[in-house]
Amino acid sequence: MSKERITISPDLYDIMPPDYQDLVKHATYGKEDRGWKDIGTSKELLEQHSLCAGCPESMAFRYILAALPNPEDTVMVGSTGCTSLVFPHVAIHNIHSLFGNQNAVASGLKRALTVRFPNRIKDVVVLAGDGATVDIGLDMTLQAWFRQEKFTTICFDNELYANTGGQESGLMQKGFVAKMAPVGKLFDKVRLPEIARESGCHYIVNCTVSKPSLVERVVRNAVLIAREIGPTYLQLYTPCILEIGKDSQEGLQEMRDAEKPNERFAFKEYVSEPAKALLADLAAKAKDKKAAAKQLVS
Amino acid sequence: MDTTSIIGTKNRKEQIITDPRVMMNDAPRTPSFFTGSEVIKEAVRRANVDVMVAYPITPQSEAAALCGELFAEGYIGDYFRGESEFAVMSQCAGAAFGGARVFTTTAGPGTLRAMENFPMWAGARLPIQCIVTCRGINSPLSIQPDTIEIAYLMQTGMLVWHAETAQDFYDWILKGYMVSEEPDVHLPLALCCDGFFVTHTKDTVDLTPVEMCLPPYDPYRSPVPCMDMECPPVRMMRDPFVMKSNYISYATHASWQQEVWAAAERSRKHTIAWLDGLIETENVDADILIVASGTAVSQGREAIRLLADEGIRVGLVKIKTLRPWPEEELREATKRASHIIVPEFNVIGWLARELKATLPRTERIIAGPRVCGGMTMPPEIIVEGIKKALGMRSGVLAGRGS
Repeated sequence: MSKERITISPDLYDIMPPDYQDLVKHATYGKEDRGWKDIGTSKELLEQHSLCAGCPESMAFRYILAALPNPEDTVMVGSTGCTSLVFPHVAIHNIHSLFGNQNAVASGLKRALTVRFPNRIKDVVVLAGDGATVDIGLDMTLQAWFRQEKFTTICFDNELYANTGGQESGLMQKGFVAKMAPVGKLFDKVRLPEIARESGCHYIVNCTVSKPSLVERVVRNAVLIAREIGPTYLQLYTPCILEIGKDSQEGLQEMRDAEKPNERFAFKEYVSEPAKALLADLAAKAKDKKAAAKQLVS
Repeated sequence: MDTTSIIGTKNRKEQIITDPRVMMNDAPRTPSFFTGSEVIKEAVRRANVDVMVAYPITPQSEAAALCGELFAEGYIGDYFRGESEFAVMSQCAGAAFGGARVFTTTAGPGTLRAMENFPMWAGARLPIQCIVTCRGINSPLSIQPDTIEIAYLMQTGMLVWHAETAQDFYDWILKGYMVSEEPDVHLPLALCCDGFFVTHTKDTVDLTPVEMCLPPYDPYRSPVPCMDMECPPVRMMRDPFVMKSNYISYATHASWQQEVWAAAERSRKHTIAWLDGLIETENVDADILIVASGTAVSQGREAIRLLADEGIRVGLVKIKTLRPWPEEELREATKRASHIIVPEFNVIGWLARELKATLPRTERIIAGPRVCGGMTMPPEIIVEGIKKALGMRSGVLAGRGS
């Protein structure tokens, strides 16, 4: 898709909703160097959100949608949970079908798009919570990685079931007292990034969404590597401020605390050898392009 | 304005894309002696399928594997083994959301494991075709034929057809896509047969020419947007209905559920044209009727032959589609009957229940005979059931101590 596809017929322009008119005029479909810095100066692909005030997940959504390298040809797959309250506002085709089956849906979707558009890039990005990714959907998460399905899996890790009211999840910390963990969780936080590596993911990052530039970099890498090489996985801390007893303005500090060295969301990145070669190649090409542009100017 | 047609052009395997009515109704047929599983493969070969997802479960494993050979030969766009039936049906959903014509097969416990997906398919208006080769679902473990899973499928919003023979199966796989992909239908189809009896027996089936195939699926005829970013990504709604407890939310969900079932109703006109009616009848002026679906129809035919030898005239109603349910047709066909015998291959008698909920004068309906757990249904037990209903002495079955 290019911006042409969303252009409104002049005869119908005035009856279209203002946010759609805005999307046509000011969105960043097709903009090669799009990124988090467009936020505030362009029309975001997220119109609004139905999350709690100050929810870090809303920040994560904004940064991810601003960072996708190819939103005009990207389809996203979600799951049930707080994310499914946001997706209806997202100006990228997205699928919700059931709870936990997101990586299975994405496998079928990616293959269908590859069959139908063999000579075009169609990126698929999964975005789901930790319950969907690690508990009810773990089988399908891992099996998609074993099969080397070429899409990105993003897990919003808030360490509990937020949308149902704060129950224990596999990614919850040991000892945390929550609903369905009345005496504290009895086992460790599941180490999915390590499992992802053993399962064949080519790019894995564990971090918070406190820094938009970092989110932009890892999302871009994850999508580009998934497109060319194989599965990629991002585990992003998006604390549920409601369930951990924080106020609306405290989400950012919570993430900063959780990403300190030796804390559970200290930045960790794994890049497979083929993915390293791809990133080096892309960096070299970007450098050449920049040099060529510079030469053209001078 | 110039118009172009894809009819007469070639697909990825150099098959000629043929007007489906010409292919199914007019093209020459070649009699071939095949198992039901091989017949599934031959129908899929001609169906221009984009994506198939497979998983082993008896008795559909052979058909699912044979379709893999079609992929290797280049007839199917993509094919892979999923990790469970729940995952497979979700993978099928993903492929259908992405605009592919999708085919899969399952059976018994697999159908039940996948069940959460089926109302989702219907609600998302995904015209996936799922072959269901029915088998038992009870504990202790059984792999034998039993049609109880159809009772669950009938409540999902899917179209549900019940094939009697391998020939039905061949024709209905191809015709099924034509019905379920109609813009005013656009629903998944559960095409059921009785496992083993149809899948693992050989029969002579008249095949359409191998060089002809159906036109490809056009996802832009769907009543809901295809998720491929080839049409404007409109925001679906200002407020997600899932979180709203208000009248607008309830009304939205209620009206959409009604629309899904209305779409199944709208499939009638297409199905009647393609299958030559939702039911098939023989001698419905008789006082006694056998009403059945699947291979129970075949056993009913044998029972009718045995009874004819004794001078007892019995008519037959074969139900082809369970969803949509042929209510008017059944009322008309059974209006003169005083005894309606309903033989079934399951313990609960779901077909008799449907009939009792539909037909007037339910005292006419004899729910049975029924067999289950893999038992065969000798025509003699249908004969006995009919004689019993008529108040006649029956010496047909030996060893019953009667």
